[in-house]
Amino acid sequence: MYDVPNTERDTTVNDIKISANKVQVYYGEKQAIKDVDCEIQDKTVTAFIGPSGCGKSTFLRCLNRMNDTISVCRVEGSINLDGEDIYDKRVDPVQLRAKVGMVFQKPNPFPKSIYDNVAYGPRIHGLFKTKAELDDIVEKALRRGALWEEVKDRLGDPATGMSGGQQQRLCIARAVATEPEVLLMDEPCSALDPIATAQVEELIDELRSNYSVVIVTHSMQQAARVSQKTAFFHLGNLVEFDDTSKIFTNPEDPRTESYITGRIG
Amino acid sequence: MPGLWLVLIVLALAIAGYVIGRQRALQSGGGNSRALHSLPRFYGWNVAIKVLLPAFIWLAVWSLVQTIIVEKTVSGIIPKEEITIGLEGEDLDLALKVIDANHSLRMAEMRRTAEGLNYLIAADLLTEDEAQNLTLDKVDVEKLLKDAGQVVTGEIIAPVLKASQRKLALDKRADIMKSIFIIGVALAFFIYSVLQSHKDYRARNSVEFMILGLLVLMACIAILTTVGIVLSLAFNTVEFFSIYNWTDYLFGTTWSPRSGAGTHQPLGLLPLLWGTLYISIIALVVAVPIGLFAAIYLAEYASPRVRGFVKPALEVLAGIPSIVYGLFALITVGPMLLDIFGNSGIGIMPGARSVMTAGLVMGIMLIPFVSSLSDDIINAVPQYLRDGSYGLGATHSETIKQVILPAALPGIVGAIILAASRAIGETMLVVFGAGAAGKLSGNPFEAMTTVTAKIVSQLTGDADFTQPEVLVAYALGTTLFILTLALNFIAQRIVNKYREQY
Repeated sequence: MYDVPNTERDTTVNDIKISANKVQVYYGEKQAIKDVDCEIQDKTVTAFIGPSGCGKSTFLRCLNRMNDTISVCRVEGSINLDGEDIYDKRVDPVQLRAKVGMVFQKPNPFPKSIYDNVAYGPRIHGLFKTKAELDDIVEKALRRGALWEEVKDRLGDPATGMSGGQQQRLCIARAVATEPEVLLMDEPCSALDPIATAQVEELIDELRSNYSVVIVTHSMQQAARVSQKTAFFHLGNLVEFDDTSKIFTNPEDPRTESYITGRIG
Repeated sequence: MPGLWLVLIVLALAIAGYVIGRQRALQSGGGNSRALHSLPRFYGWNVAIKVLLPAFIWLAVWSLVQTIIVEKTVSGIIPKEEITIGLEGEDLDLALKVIDANHSLRMAEMRRTAEGLNYLIAADLLTEDEAQNLTLDKVDVEKLLKDAGQVVTGEIIAPVLKASQRKLALDKRADIMKSIFIIGVALAFFIYSVLQSHKDYRARNSVEFMILGLLVLMACIAILTTVGIVLSLAFNTVEFFSIYNWTDYLFGTTWSPRSGAGTHQPLGLLPLLWGTLYISIIALVVAVPIGLFAAIYLAEYASPRVRGFVKPALEVLAGIPSIVYGLFALITVGPMLLDIFGNSGIGIMPGARSVMTAGLVMGIMLIPFVSSLSDDIINAVPQYLRDGSYGLGATHSETIKQVILPAALPGIVGAIILAASRAIGETMLVVFGAGAAGKLSGNPFEAMTTVTAKIVSQLTGDADFTQPEVLVAYALGTTLFILTLALNFIAQRIVNKYREQY
């Protein structure tokens, strides 16, 4: 065990993990996403911001094909993960979701024990051989979720009895336990109080050393705090996508500037 | 019909009260409804309810008390004439019981006669004076009543006639008093509440309080009737055990009641209980997997169009009366099983009626129960749990097995328990499908019978409520009641223990 050196954590240029080309999404007749091109880097936190209904959550859900579960939803264009088209017929969306984990807006622990929640993914994907290995996976995931110290003595308690912030960190630990390569977070802090939000944000920053994280957020401060890259969506279009520092200090598009200064949205 | 008139008068007062109360309140506010504390209609309702509620409660109470008092007064006229001198111990008890039974029969006859006379008066065949002066030596009262189409079951003897005449007279007087009293109550409340109707009066709060009272009253009625049923069951059961040994009942392995055999006949519960449980278990073994899997398909996989067709179709099954299932068991399933397992086949099935026949058909009957309830429960599992599971790379079926079913488990267990209670309480199907002989046997192709079927047969025909073979029906009823209660209790415990609350 050794600490990751700080120099490596702060690398600014990384490999491209996901690249999206001309993505269109329709709900029935209505077009929710128009011509989105976007490249998401590895070991980077990318934030999607924009007013409600701008399509940022929809686009996020395209990245692990969660939209497949909505029958009226249709996706066009191509999205590549490590150079492979995830909407190819040969790709099993279930396998894909194991690689691209997701954390939802509302903490949604299963009505099981804390341990069983974290062990859910490893059990489904057969990531262990012995009980000891599973215990190890669970402990590591809970440590990454910054939850281990709080729950190590009550792993058998029902997860639904925890506080909202703990539940959300458990959901992150649960997603981490399946060893994904990308972690999608759909407004993970919107149901949390400021203290729990701070904990989750700190956690997101730590997760960056291992994963590519994509976070949808309504809070521009949060986007500025946790992300290195920011994408601004408006009315289904990707208006601007650049380094977070640039977006918040010197945006190119007037719509972006209006939004971050509070004039629209 | 003075009773009907009374109700109509009270109703009319209430309607008038509504209009007047509303009007008065509006006037006190100078015609401006915003000056009132409550909306004008609340002042109307305030008066209407205050007229109706006390009047009807008093009407109910008065009618009840009147019946009791009149019966008490009249019953002295009908003699308890049997001689009990020289009888002791058990014989004396028995004789007293017989006397009581005879007396209550005569009281029933008296009530019928009074009703008949009442009818004759209403039909103008007799005047009230004539009815009061009827005597048996001058007029054939029985013929008179029969000719008018009234029911006469026994011989009308002089004291019965006299008592019924007395009852008529008493009732008439009491009815007049009742009418005056009730109208008085209604009027008093009418005046009182009309005077209340002033713009500052809090009519809305008052109406809401009275509505609350009404709800409480209804809840009390529901609970009290249940308590009443349980008590009547309990009293008769105690009476049964006072003349029959409880160990013989609870642990007896033979059931063969004979009319008139007294306390020395085998009335063992075990064969009946065994039949009930055996049939119920077979029914559940059929119904639970089919119903549950159907529910999973409907809730999780079926397209809206399939669902829109299959769900109502399944629920049609629930609407079929159980006697139709009984016929189905008797005519179709029984003979079919007999072909395979009967003497022409394997040879372990003596007749078409058997535990298997009844169990299979009952299982079919319970499928919609299990499936419909489970379907609703599975649908109620929130979408975010499914999303969470999909988001971790679980397939649809893994999600169902590991997330949805555990979350829905308490409800599903509830549905199964409900089905089990229904299976245990089912009667008609069993009468047709399972046979009539109580038997302790492991062979599911033999005819057996159940607790419910025997309650029916013990109370059908001439029932002498002093004999153990009749009273045993109450003990059987109590047994069933305790059984289903215990089942519910256990289910509750299981559900609480394994509950995965979302």
